[in-house]
Amino acid sequence: MSATAPGSIVAKPPRRRLASVVGREGFHALPFLLPALFLVTAFMVVPVIWTIALSFNTGAGLRFRRWVGFDNFERLLTRDHRFLNRDTFPWTGAVINNFRWVVLYTGLCLVLGLITAVLATRVRYEAVFKSIIFVPMAISATAVAVIWLLVYAPDPQIGVVNALIDGAGGSPVSWVGQANTVNYALILAYVWASTGFVMIVLSAALKGISQEVIEAARTDGATEWDIFRRVQLPLLSLPIAVVTVWLIINVIKVFDIVYIMTKGGPGGASRVIAYSFFVETFESGKGGYGAAVAVFMLILIIPVMILNIRRFRSEAVTG
Amino acid sequence: MTTAAETIAVRPRQTAAARTLGFISRAPVHFSLIAIAVIWLVPTIGLAVTSFRPRPDIASSGWWTSFSHWDFTLKNYDLVLNANKMAPSFLNSALIAIPSTLLPLFFGALAAFAFSWIRFPFRDTIFLSLVALMVVPVQAAFVPTLVEFQDIGEYLTGRKDLITGTYAGLWIAHTVFALPFCIFLLRNFFITLPRDLIEAARVDGASNWRIFFKIVLPLSVPALASFGIFQFLWVWNDLLMALVYIQEPDLWPMTIRISQLLSTYGVEFNLLSSGAFLLMIVPLLVFFALQRYFVQGLLAGSVK
Repeated sequence: MSATAPGSIVAKPPRRRLASVVGREGFHALPFLLPALFLVTAFMVVPVIWTIALSFNTGAGLRFRRWVGFDNFERLLTRDHRFLNRDTFPWTGAVINNFRWVVLYTGLCLVLGLITAVLATRVRYEAVFKSIIFVPMAISATAVAVIWLLVYAPDPQIGVVNALIDGAGGSPVSWVGQANTVNYALILAYVWASTGFVMIVLSAALKGISQEVIEAARTDGATEWDIFRRVQLPLLSLPIAVVTVWLIINVIKVFDIVYIMTKGGPGGASRVIAYSFFVETFESGKGGYGAAVAVFMLILIIPVMILNIRRFRSEAVTG
Repeated sequence: MTTAAETIAVRPRQTAAARTLGFISRAPVHFSLIAIAVIWLVPTIGLAVTSFRPRPDIASSGWWTSFSHWDFTLKNYDLVLNANKMAPSFLNSALIAIPSTLLPLFFGALAAFAFSWIRFPFRDTIFLSLVALMVVPVQAAFVPTLVEFQDIGEYLTGRKDLITGTYAGLWIAHTVFALPFCIFLLRNFFITLPRDLIEAARVDGASNWRIFFKIVLPLSVPALASFGIFQFLWVWNDLLMALVYIQEPDLWPMTIRISQLLSTYGVEFNLLSSGAFLLMIVPLLVFFALQRYFVQGLLAGSVK
């Protein structure tokens, strides 16, 4: 605070005013601010910088050992086939899996959340219906994982999906036990858990649209589809954008459900970025390499940070 | 107002045939809603039913057949609670979640008050930095915080596991990672309180502390409850941070205990289903009792 442009000529008179403000009001703010700012600085800001530094080190035993420049990043993006494998087509690895998550999870949650929100407003049992869809949102991802292990159980005497396939004359599939289905199975389970959130946000926004506008459209001869497409959807664009950002952050960080359901398997087929971080850091003890994965996650998150700040700034200006 | 009234007056009286037609045309809506509701309910019902079935039954017949031959038991719960230590883990989950909710709530409310009602230099810059920190992934802080905790423990008492061998590390980590969102949410609520009220208290000579405890906090119960419930469920449901910061098996919360059941016994649904159901009970109760606050907290987190 005291380091504000000491050499500047024009800064002098305001500085005195600033100093007096710091002296009076700023001093009063300190006891309110200090605990939170100290905690966030000591256990979040400093550790993040530390992690960035660690990503240029071997970090064996989770401490600084030997500086290796960009080696960790180079290996991560070119030689670690479980993280990113560009030798096969299509590419595979945790990054590609996570990309699949971003597209499918975000897309399905949005579509299902939008459908349920719009349809639910048209019936009298809206509240009950919305509770049913929303409940999984309150449940731990750990419990969601167990619930869906049971749904996907390969034995048609146990898992309901394979029982249905068996009943229809097909042969049971080990949904989370084979590489070509495991990611989709995990994504669907998580979509089940998160759709309620999208529905609630969009439903709240729909409630904000004046009933008069909709009635007016109806008297002008608009069909239900027209009303959705021309009246409701345009007014939902902002909440949809907000929810999309939330879903994408959620996916970049996804870990618990993968850890419980598959441990990244079979054979690393369902690894995601956060899972790679966990394995490299805590199971292999390669602190520096894990830190490089964490930095990779940070870089993916930065656009969202900027977006949040922009949004907050524009809100502060408009009101 | 007038348009709505006109609409009703203009619209012809519905005949019985029109009403039937209306119902039929809405049938696809009802059908899809009910289908979606069933798909959403079946997985949870399957888990609940399975958790009360005897172990041999679970392996030999689907849970959906159990309604025809009635045979339910509490044996799975007995096994998972006692032999597999889910009962002490239930307590651990509570001992982790309650301080991890109250600490950020208290420190966050203090800071949010300063950001809303005390003027100080760089106020907006500091606040915007906190907004930016809301989305920092925990992974970016795991290793350094662990090292910090070990070093602090060693410095204070000579024991490296002073913090990492107790709940303290997890409390601190949850508090720190909740603070930016907590401050953001509470500050947005605090600034909507009537300015006159706070100015009047100032004129009467009330200190900031008095204003904070006697005016701002009592008026902000809905916002405090929204954040509190959101954070409590977040911590209760968390697996990843507990895996990193709780290294003593006696302190494991239920989420870790369930992951441990899986790696010890494999997929044994009698233990897993009853364990998972125990893990779900508290969030379900909180959800049904305090749904309004929970939804408000979530909406504030996304829309604001």
